[in-house]
Amino acid sequence: MKIMNMVNAINDALDLKLAEDKTIIVYGQDVGVEGGVFRVTEGLQKKYGVQRVFDSPLAESGIVGTAIGMAVAGLRPVVEMQFCGFIYPAFNQIISHASRMRNRSRGKYETPIVIRMPYGGGINALEHHSESMETIFGHIPGLKVVVPSTPHDAKGMLIAAIESNDTILFMEPKRIYRAIKQEVAEGKFTIPLGKANVIAQGTDVTVVAYGAMVREVQKAAVMAKEAGISVEIIDLRSIYPIDRETIAKSVKKTGRIITVTEGPKTYGVGSEISQIALEEAFLHLEAPPARVSGFDVIVPLPKGEHHYMQDPYKIFYEIERTVKY
Amino acid sequence: MFKEYTPLKNKIFQVIDNDGKVINTKWMPEIDSERLVKIYKDMLFARTADLQIVSYQRQGRIYTYPPNYGQEAIAAGVGAVIKDHDWMVPAFRELGTMLAKGVTLKEMFLYFMGNEEGSNFKNANFTLPISVPIASQLIHAAGIGYAIKYNKEKKVAYAFVGDGGTSEGDFHEAVNFAGVWKVPVVFIIQNNQYGISTPTSVQTASENLAIKSVAYGVKGIMVDGNDFFAMYRVVEEAAKLCLNGEGPVLIEAVTYRKGAHTTSDDPSKYRTKEEEDAWEEKDPMKRLKAYLIDKGLWSEKEEAKIIPQFKVEIDRQFIEAENHPPYPKEDVFKHLYAEMPDDLKEQEKQYDRYLQWKSGKVKQ
Repeated sequence: MKIMNMVNAINDALDLKLAEDKTIIVYGQDVGVEGGVFRVTEGLQKKYGVQRVFDSPLAESGIVGTAIGMAVAGLRPVVEMQFCGFIYPAFNQIISHASRMRNRSRGKYETPIVIRMPYGGGINALEHHSESMETIFGHIPGLKVVVPSTPHDAKGMLIAAIESNDTILFMEPKRIYRAIKQEVAEGKFTIPLGKANVIAQGTDVTVVAYGAMVREVQKAAVMAKEAGISVEIIDLRSIYPIDRETIAKSVKKTGRIITVTEGPKTYGVGSEISQIALEEAFLHLEAPPARVSGFDVIVPLPKGEHHYMQDPYKIFYEIERTVKY
Repeated sequence: MFKEYTPLKNKIFQVIDNDGKVINTKWMPEIDSERLVKIYKDMLFARTADLQIVSYQRQGRIYTYPPNYGQEAIAAGVGAVIKDHDWMVPAFRELGTMLAKGVTLKEMFLYFMGNEEGSNFKNANFTLPISVPIASQLIHAAGIGYAIKYNKEKKVAYAFVGDGGTSEGDFHEAVNFAGVWKVPVVFIIQNNQYGISTPTSVQTASENLAIKSVAYGVKGIMVDGNDFFAMYRVVEEAAKLCLNGEGPVLIEAVTYRKGAHTTSDDPSKYRTKEEEDAWEEKDPMKRLKAYLIDKGLWSEKEEAKIIPQFKVEIDRQFIEAENHPPYPKEDVFKHLYAEMPDDLKEQEKQYDRYLQWKSGKVKQ
C-alpha cells in the first residue's frame, strides 16, 4: 500500500501499463515534456521515451483522429484532452468514428482508445474549464464513459479502461485530483467498468453521485445522520454502461432516490437514473425521484460559481425534503 | 520530380496528352504491356460497374450511390502501386482502388444496399470502410502512419479526400500531424472540380490545392488525374519517398466528376454542357485506350467483346448481393461493444418480446 492522491494513482496506472504493453502510446497537449498541465503524466516521457509519451500538435480532432488510426493499426493509444471544455473539436472523430468503427466494419476493426480528460467545476477556473459534459458522451452508442471518485478507483478503473477494447471516455474530477489521499494497492489491479459501488449502507434514502460529487454527498450524509436520516450512497463510477441493478436494489430498499450531478439538469444523468428508479421500483417509491444538479445555465465564472455548484447543504436540503415528502 | 513540379509554379504533371501521345518521356513509367492491358481492363471493369450501379439505382434496386466515372485513372494509379500490406483509407469515391485492394463488388453492393456487412471486407486487409464525414478519415491515416513508423514496418497509408474536403479543419490537422511526425502517408486529393454543386473556386483562394503542402513542410505535387501514366508515376514516387522515411506526400489529382455527386444529385443545375464536353476530351479511359491502340495492345473489337462479359460478372455479383440473407436482428445490437452491456442486452430482450407480441405469439 502507498498513500496516493488521484494524480499519483493515474500516473501509477499509466506507468504500469506502459511498462507491461509496448502497444500503449500516451500523448496529448503538453503531456510529454511538461507531464500535462495537471502533471498527471509527469516523468513518463523520461521513462518510456518520446516515441511512446509525447506532446502532440495543439489540435483535439487531430489527437483523437490519429488515435483512431493507431488503434485500427494495432496500437492502444491513451490520449489526453487538456480540459473537458476543449473536447468539442474532437466530437466528430469521437462520435462519427471512434464509437462506430467496430459496428461499421462488423467487428473487423476496433478502436481501443482511452480519452482521458479533467472535468468539472469548483477550482476557480477560467471560462471553458469547469464543464461537466458526461451526459453528451453517455448518449452516444458505442462509447463507454467512466468517472472515478477516489485514487484507488482511478487506478483500477484506468487499468481496466486501457485493457478494454472499447473507446472509453475517462473523466477525471480535477477538483479532487489532489484533495483526497488514500492508501492505494501497489501493482496491477482492475475495477470492472459498468459496476456501481455502494459506499455507505442506509435505509431512508438512496443518493447516487459520481466523481467529485461523491465527497459532497458523504458530507451531506453526516449532516443527515445528525438529523436522524440514514443515507445509502451509491458511487455510480460508470455513466455508460449504467448499473441499473445496483440502483434498483437500493431504491427498492430505501424507497427514495436523489441524484447529485454537476452538469445542467435537463436530460442529465440524474434524469436517466430517476427513470431507472421509476421503471424498476415504481411501487416501492415513497417520494418522487429528486435531482440535485447544475441549472440549465452556463457554468458561472468563479465569483458566481457557488450558486451553480452542488455542496453538502444543497444536498442535505434535498435529502430532508425528500424524506419529509 | 517534386522540385521540378513544385506547386508554387502552378505546373501540372502530365505524361500523355489528350490523344494518348507521350509528351513527357522523361517521366514515362515502365510498365510491361501485359500488366498495362490488365490495368486498362480493371479501369474498364470499374467504369462498366459504375454505370451499371447507376442503372440499378434507377431501378430501385440499390440506394444512393456516388458514381466514380471520369476518375478511373486516379483509382487505377493508386491501385497499381498499393500493396496488399499497405493501408487504404478511403472517402467514398474510390471504387477502382477498393477493388484493387481486394474488396469485392458484391461487398460494395451490399454496402450501398444498406448492409454494414458490406464493409466487413473478407479478402481486403488494411482497408478501412467507406468514410462519409468529409476529410475526417485523413486524420486516421496520419495515426496509421504513426503506427507503421512505430512498428518499423515497410508500409504506406493511402488516404483520399475530395477538393471540397480540403476546406475542412481535419484536412489541415491530418497533413499537419503527418508532417510533424514524418510518417509514410500519401494524401490524394481527387480534385474533381465540385463538392456536390460547389466549384473549387468557392473552396479556396489558393492557386491550386497541392500548394497547401508547402505550408505544412511536406512534399506536394499537382498531377493530371486523368492521365494514368502521370498518376502511376507520381504515386510510385510518393510511395518510394514514404518507404525511405521521407513522407508524407500530398498529391492533388486534377480530374472531373463526369457523373452526379450521388444518384440524388442533378449536375445540370450547376454546370454547363460546354464544360462537360471540354472535359470529355480529357477522359482518362479514352486517353489510355488511344495509347494502347496506338501501341497495338488493344482494339475497339476487344473492348466491344469484353464489356458484355464484364456486365455478366457485375450482374452476377449484384444478384448475389441481392440474395444475401436478411439482416439479422442480432446484428443491430452486437457490434457496438467488445462485450454487450447488460442494458443493451435488456433492450434487445424487450425488442424480442415486442416482436413476439407483433407476431401474435404472446399477449400483453
